[in-house]
Amino acid sequence: MSDSRRRLRRPSHRPSDRVSRTAAAAGAAVGGSLAVPVDADHLPRATRRDVVRERYFKFSLIACVAVSLIVLAILLIDIVRQGAGALSMDFLNNFPSAFPERAGVQSAVMGTLWLMAICAFFVVPTGVAAAIYLEEYADRKRWFNRAIEVNVQNLAAVPSIVYGILGLAFLVRGPFGFGRSVLAGGLTLGLLVLPVVVIASREALRAVPSSIREGAMALGATKWQAIWHQVLPSAIPGISTGAILALSRAIGETAPLIMVGAATYVAFNPDGLNSAFTALPLQIYSWLSSPQEEFKLLAAGAIIVLMAMLLAINSIAIVIRNRYERKW
Amino acid sequence: MKQLTAMLSAPKTAAPPAVFARQRPRYAEKLIEASLLAAALLTILTTLGIVYALFRETISFLGEVPLTDFLFGTEWHPLFNPPAYGVLPLVTGTLAVTGIALIVAVPLGVGSAIYLSEYASKRTRKTIKPILETLAGVPTVVFGFFALTLVTPFLRDIGINVDVFNGLSGGLVVGILVVPTIASIAEDALSAVPSGLREASYGLGATKYQTSTKVIVPAALSGIVAGVVLGASRAVGETMVVLLAAGQRPNLTFDMREPVETMTAFIAATGKGDIPTGSIDYKTIFAVGALLFVMTFVLNMLSNFIVGRFREEYE
Repeated sequence: MSDSRRRLRRPSHRPSDRVSRTAAAAGAAVGGSLAVPVDADHLPRATRRDVVRERYFKFSLIACVAVSLIVLAILLIDIVRQGAGALSMDFLNNFPSAFPERAGVQSAVMGTLWLMAICAFFVVPTGVAAAIYLEEYADRKRWFNRAIEVNVQNLAAVPSIVYGILGLAFLVRGPFGFGRSVLAGGLTLGLLVLPVVVIASREALRAVPSSIREGAMALGATKWQAIWHQVLPSAIPGISTGAILALSRAIGETAPLIMVGAATYVAFNPDGLNSAFTALPLQIYSWLSSPQEEFKLLAAGAIIVLMAMLLAINSIAIVIRNRYERKW
Repeated sequence: MKQLTAMLSAPKTAAPPAVFARQRPRYAEKLIEASLLAAALLTILTTLGIVYALFRETISFLGEVPLTDFLFGTEWHPLFNPPAYGVLPLVTGTLAVTGIALIVAVPLGVGSAIYLSEYASKRTRKTIKPILETLAGVPTVVFGFFALTLVTPFLRDIGINVDVFNGLSGGLVVGILVVPTIASIAEDALSAVPSGLREASYGLGATKYQTSTKVIVPAALSGIVAGVVLGASRAVGETMVVLLAAGQRPNLTFDMREPVETMTAFIAATGKGDIPTGSIDYKTIFAVGALLFVMTFVLNMLSNFIVGRFREEYE
């Protein structure tokens, strides 16, 4: 591949095989500067072998796609098959228990809802504000503004467990010292998805045409008035879609919560920011680590609950996107 | 636009018309800008916080364990007596799992990307892309469940004699997890190749296969490689699947039928216990975390660099 790529850029005049001539000539047709004499007698013509190869190639590409789709299907079917038996009102209402038949997910569901609320409360204003700064105020020629941009990109690719370590060192212990509380958990998740919200909000703001800003300012609005009353409302569908998707990523995260939360046997709902907590992914993890087979079935049941919540959240995002998205 | 604002706020000497009356400096505007900047700076602060937290404890860890022992030691059991702090088994575990994952994910991801960008009709693409996104949205703990309760028994059924916890099923499932990452970046790169190249190639009589493999893929190669590197970074940092399915036994082996422990799995397994702040066990989390952070950081930068350096400028 790399070989033909080089030829594509700087074609040699040595008679080479047909196909790379094709590439070179294709480059010539577009770039114009790559002059390759095209010899009409040597134009490629699909031979029988090419046709066979074509068919195999297409077949293997379809196989690649199919494998992913089939794995996803098997995964979902298997979870439903194993977990459906665990689902009942009791399962939703009960607390974790040492006895599988009495165990349920109430405290886990409530913990997840608390985490979501704290995470959203922190990340939405912060992420949108950072996005407004980067998109509307930052002068891209200044080095620190570029540094912020690069940094956001990088943060988005830091492994989630590293955020767990950050939460453990700064939020649970150390300077903030919130302890193993639902507040520390929610904020850790907030930091984790902050880059996602910033990136999504920036895209939404960028999609608002500058004529809106100019129009507002021509009428005497200050920069902030233009942003607050005109630009932001127009960007809200995009921003909320991004924020919701970020939240759905946050509630599925387990590894950071293992680091900050750790309590997997919590038989009560959180009653305040400093309360100990469990969450659905944590509960799933703890049941899966148990050697008893019955608990693995409960884990499958809890996965169904978690996936149902994710589905609900994502549907909201899709509805918002379809209903309110504006084309300029 | 600058001129416009300048005009609005400029008249300072001559008495301005009543409409333009406000000339005093707008402190509120400045205040708002400052608080927006503060929010943006929080992202920098997060990075600094990560680096500070990781490296402060790591330096103190290295005060007790020499760097060479840590990096090149072949035994890792912090809880034994005497303890051994050679990180190599965790690193090989991580690399082996990542290797298996890439063997699965690169063909599947790149193949799917070529199919979606070159072969699929618009309608097919519109159905398949959201499904791949769904795959990306499945929580990793669910993939861990999948690896543990389905893939491992399946491997045994087809005659591969794996342990209950093993690197193979962990690696395979991490591979599936990484497919959407690679596929989506590679597809972006492939669709960015201008259709002129495609049409020129077809015009010269090339088949679709020839066009895809000899023209389009080489032209998009940097984007594809960047996607693969980012996929590798995700595989290195993946925690839940390996924690659940690959086991927690530091094991310097490349026999993936045995249990292996990755760096992430060690961090999570140690972090969940109630270890006292400042103890050497507490510091091991940070030392291994720092190594993990450096590895993924290098991969991410490499991915960015490849995209930036080799981006083909069309038009």
